[in-house]
Amino acid sequence: MITDGVRVDGRKLDELRPTKIEVGVLERADGSAYLEVGGNKIIAGVYGPRESYIRRLLEPNTGVIRCRYNMAPFSVDDRKRPGPDRRSSEISKITADALRPSLMLENYPRSMVDVFIEVIEAEGGTRCAGITAASVALADAGIPMTDIVVACAAGKVDGEIVLDLSEKEDKEGEADLPIAIMPRTGEVTLLQSDGNLSEEEFSKALDLAIDGCMQISEIQKEALKNKYLESME
Amino acid sequence: MKIIPEITKESIKDLIGNNQREDGRTIDQYRDISIETDIISKAEGSAKVKIGGTKVIAGIKLQVGAPYPDNPNLGVLMTNCEMVPIADPTFEVGPPNEESIELARVVDRGIRESKMVDLEKLCVEEGNHVWMIFIDLHVLDNCGNLFDACELAVTAALNSTKLPTASIGDDGLVIDKENTFDLPLNEKVVMSTFVKIGSEMVIDPSLMEEDVSDGRLNIGVTEKGLVCSMQKGGMGPLNKKEILDCVNIAISKSSELLNLIK
Repeated sequence: MITDGVRVDGRKLDELRPTKIEVGVLERADGSAYLEVGGNKIIAGVYGPRESYIRRLLEPNTGVIRCRYNMAPFSVDDRKRPGPDRRSSEISKITADALRPSLMLENYPRSMVDVFIEVIEAEGGTRCAGITAASVALADAGIPMTDIVVACAAGKVDGEIVLDLSEKEDKEGEADLPIAIMPRTGEVTLLQSDGNLSEEEFSKALDLAIDGCMQISEIQKEALKNKYLESME
Repeated sequence: MKIIPEITKESIKDLIGNNQREDGRTIDQYRDISIETDIISKAEGSAKVKIGGTKVIAGIKLQVGAPYPDNPNLGVLMTNCEMVPIADPTFEVGPPNEESIELARVVDRGIRESKMVDLEKLCVEEGNHVWMIFIDLHVLDNCGNLFDACELAVTAALNSTKLPTASIGDDGLVIDKENTFDLPLNEKVVMSTFVKIGSEMVIDPSLMEEDVSDGRLNIGVTEKGLVCSMQKGGMGPLNKKEILDCVNIAISKSSELLNLIK
């Protein structure tokens, strides 16, 4: 899969896939973002803070975040049955956990922020792409936040530590390490790992993933600025 | 439950009484429509349709499966619609509700009854293997008139669908994804939706107009100008003249809509 430091899709070991973010793509949602990274196409939408209509989620002293990660049936090679499954339920939960530390919801007791992530087309790394898009949508919705969370994966393919695994690399590679960070402080808000890594490899992969996050963070900020530049023209 | 102020209802009704609408259209005018096809490379066919602010994506997935016993030589068509909660603050997470089932079934009826897809040509081996066409609709932004947007998206997506070659070899079924051909289609179909506001029937309702309307009428029209499917929705009744007038307008609008599908 890797020859002379070049990967199957022609990237270098520490190179991201081409990434594009657009802000404010939906009319009805309070905030929204469209993200393409490699072959992934993802739309994130945010509603709220709004009154919590689910009583058991209500907190008397703070607002709560609820996420839903959903794949379109046509987003993958073999049609995915519509509706939630165990994988998307887990991703929904860890996405909420990854975004929550950046949000200042203490000012919104008894309310709820809904984050919806729709995967329109999937090509490896959708959970990271979803978190990256969702955080931009939260900023677009004007929700007070201390940072814009950004996510990226590193992994091991053909014995080499590489950045931002494609679908093929994810399936055939040895390890995958998706993380999310708050770039201002460097704190990690999501960390998963599957596949075998030595301590040294893990440390190298973590550094590489953080480096990837910092690059994507710039694209997030640029996309948010562009929305306001466009509206001024 | 959405609450509509009386003053909004009255002002929309007054406008329509004067052949005007809240967004400046006449009562028989569509909002701007755009269609993009082949937007999902993992789907065999796909299209994104915008009507004003309404956005929907249709994706077509193909599988070879067993035919229904009563039609052993016909391909199978299935339409499903997800009104995902990203599209509207009132849409909720969960299994399809009555609205999204009605939407999917009305769209499906237009495609099925117009015989748009030539199901006989989708037979690989009679009684054992036929192509199954999964039509999945993903509503992304609900600004009114999902019916016409969905029907247009499905027609455009089917029109762009590439079917792999399937045959029966010595070891059973062989699918050749390299050699594809266009999905065999007969006449295309489009839909026009009207809502009744006051005493007028208004085409392509905006969300606000849907909210204040008393009744709804969907009319599917084929390329030859035949009415192939209809559905009345909403609580209010319609009279015979209103229905006939809508049929007349739907037929005359159909060529305008069909021209948008390349």
